[in-house]
Amino acid sequence: MIELVETIVKAIVDEPDAVNVTEKEEDGLVTLELNVAPNDMGKVIGKQGRIARAIRTVVKAMATKKGIRAELEII
Amino acid sequence: MKTIEATGKTVDEALKAGLAELGAKEMADVDYEVLEEANVGFLGLLGGRPARVRMWLQAPEVKACRLLEKIMEKMGIRGETQIEEVGEYYEIQIDGDDLGILIGRRGRTLDALQYLANLAANRGSAKRARIIVDVASYRKRRAETLRNLAQRLCQRVRRQRRKVVLEPMTPQERRIIHLTVQGEKGMVSYSEGEEPFRRVVIGLEE
Repeated sequence: MIELVETIVKAIVDEPDAVNVTEKEEDGLVTLELNVAPNDMGKVIGKQGRIARAIRTVVKAMATKKGIRAELEII
Repeated sequence: MKTIEATGKTVDEALKAGLAELGAKEMADVDYEVLEEANVGFLGLLGGRPARVRMWLQAPEVKACRLLEKIMEKMGIRGETQIEEVGEYYEIQIDGDDLGILIGRRGRTLDALQYLANLAANRGSAKRARIIVDVASYRKRRAETLRNLAQRLCQRVRRQRRKVVLEPMTPQERRIIHLTVQGEKGMVSYSEGEEPFRRVVIGLEE
């Protein structure tokens, strides 16, 4: 899951080297935390959260395939 | 396409120098070939030659396609991609078995992938390339379904002389309905409501 988020985010931000994703699991829920350079926040959120929603949709698709619950937090 | 040659003590260093010269963000944005491996020479003193590489920026549609391939790889999905230039846009077709996960309910995952592919294609460039992503011809089949639906509903509206409101659709899907209704005599269509719940209404021409 971490690699999936990294792959997507590194392809759309201006500073791919600053992209960092961590993962923690609690009560069967995987929470992915995404860190990007401050200047790239807009690039991962988008107007009205459209980009963040697209990333979350793909993350959800993979979670469904793996039969787990996952959510993405942008920090 | 802009092609450059770069040199460095090693192939890696040559690539790094070339990356900066091209103004690219990361290796995923470029293609390259190694022209010459570095030669350290005798005892690292005599006749040493630097590594030489040829590099060029990837075309937008290739960037988009690479991203989709990497996403599939991370998701553990096997699919074949194919890029086709269709008029003003590029269509990336993904084919394979068990690709339903890439489509999602009502194509929502597919729309998300298409949106992200467009962002990746156009990162850092002023010129916008438009990318359409289709999985197992889902969009083509969906368009056909929508055209049939629009025609059936037009008949119903004529018969019952009462307008119908369709379920919420994406702008592309609504467009297919509108275009179909335009071809039906005496019928009109318009959209109402706010995204993402905007719906098409089909009615009789006043």
